[in-house]
Amino acid sequence: MYKALEEAIRDAESQKKTLAQVALACEAEDQGRTVDDIRASLARALVVMRSAVEQGMTGDLRSNSGLVGGDAAKLRTGPDGPLAGTPFRDILMRALAVQEVNAAMGVIVAAPTAGGAGVLPAVLTGLAAARGFDDEKLVDALATAGLIGAVIAERASLSGAEGGCQAETGAAAAMAAGSATEMLRGTPSQVGHATALAMQGTLGLVCDPLGGLVELPCVFRNATGSAIALSAIEMALAGITFAIPVDEVIDVMGEIGRTMDVRYRETAGGGLAATPTGRRLAKERLYQIKRE
Amino acid sequence: MVSLLDIIGPVMVGPSSSHTAGACRLGLLGRGLVGGTPDTAHLELHGSFARTGEGHGTDKALVAGLLGFRPDDDRIRTALDIAEGEGLKYTFDKTTVADDAHPNTVRMTLERGGRRATMVGSSLGAGRVRVTQIDGFPVEISGNYYTIVLLAADIKGSIARVTRILSDHDINIATLKLTRKHRGGDAFIVIECDDSAGEDVRDEIRGLAWVRWAMRLDKVGGA
Repeated sequence: MYKALEEAIRDAESQKKTLAQVALACEAEDQGRTVDDIRASLARALVVMRSAVEQGMTGDLRSNSGLVGGDAAKLRTGPDGPLAGTPFRDILMRALAVQEVNAAMGVIVAAPTAGGAGVLPAVLTGLAAARGFDDEKLVDALATAGLIGAVIAERASLSGAEGGCQAETGAAAAMAAGSATEMLRGTPSQVGHATALAMQGTLGLVCDPLGGLVELPCVFRNATGSAIALSAIEMALAGITFAIPVDEVIDVMGEIGRTMDVRYRETAGGGLAATPTGRRLAKERLYQIKRE
Repeated sequence: MVSLLDIIGPVMVGPSSSHTAGACRLGLLGRGLVGGTPDTAHLELHGSFARTGEGHGTDKALVAGLLGFRPDDDRIRTALDIAEGEGLKYTFDKTTVADDAHPNTVRMTLERGGRRATMVGSSLGAGRVRVTQIDGFPVEISGNYYTIVLLAADIKGSIARVTRILSDHDINIATLKLTRKHRGGDAFIVIECDDSAGEDVRDEIRGLAWVRWAMRLDKVGGA
């Protein structure tokens, strides 16, 4: 797979192809599989993503510890805010839904990880529903998202323990922003800017889950990560460019992760996990799990 | 090499790719070492597995793997109850495997029929795993291939005989590694293959006079 997004963008531009097409061709060569076979695997992932969204919207899910659950349903049935009736609110709901399913030990697609699994399905299926796009377009978008994630894995990290939440929900937001921009007919260059715009908004984000559990704030970080992705998509499609090239933004995310204090890398030693209430809740809930 | 399908995947039961999906894969590899669902399993958790394992369902996922469930099988949630019905007696303990061991590490001591095996393995993140020790022999097994492990007397030409059997069955070898505790001691051989070896292949390897035992481990990850 490509090790630089800018190289993939140059290839797509010179061959007059989409990034999805160059990513699928590259994967086919790497793995010795056909493009159709890879698309079929991505289509299966899409089925699981959709079913997680559906399952999470019912609202009767509770995590192991009881710390999270039931909030996706509030965006469906709760009072209106300024964004009621827009794809924005629908996408926030989808992101919470998938992450609530994950916290309740339901079946999800790690994309790129389980902790950041809500952003990509929320943004892609939410925008596709709003625009009436078919599954073919969504499978293409998943290929572009996979390309962006592979470049991040290569140049930086996709692990909260290594790079903080910027490497999980931050990476997911960048993948969602870039792939949705292409789905909405953005050029390869606009995909690069959307990816960079999303990632600059999550640089430095710490991984600080209560009790070390993939619950709080992870569920909400997937919703706010989706909001950052939507901002980046809107700006990139309007023709806004980001002056720092996308690969340099990815590199600096990796550097920030490597130098981030260990308290902020999934150890529950700092951030929200170490607040007085964070510590108290974690202690109570972990005790609860042991008793059950 | 990073694959698109590593990034958009795996399909898994939540909540954590390292503490749940990875733990399940380690259980599947352990199951292979005793050739099926163990009668007894003693599972010692190290580091983050010990500290946050219960909240992440690491215990359920390890037992699920031992029962033969894959990371996307929603029976993981109820694996501890299912184990009872399947006759798998499990115990958990917390331990320090080694000071420099990976934070997500488990040591399994498994028994099935007359066979007993110990395995140390770690979950590296994003569902990837590595087995680092089997019966005290240092190994490196990713689970991304169909793996054959065997213990043999240290006899010249032994590897050639085993690889001949594999090539006769049209099985392509990806990696092969031999370790032994001392010169002339038993050789522990790990062969990672692109293709799945059937029971007939395993039995042919077992039929070699100097092979003490040979087992097949499932492919649990990779594209």
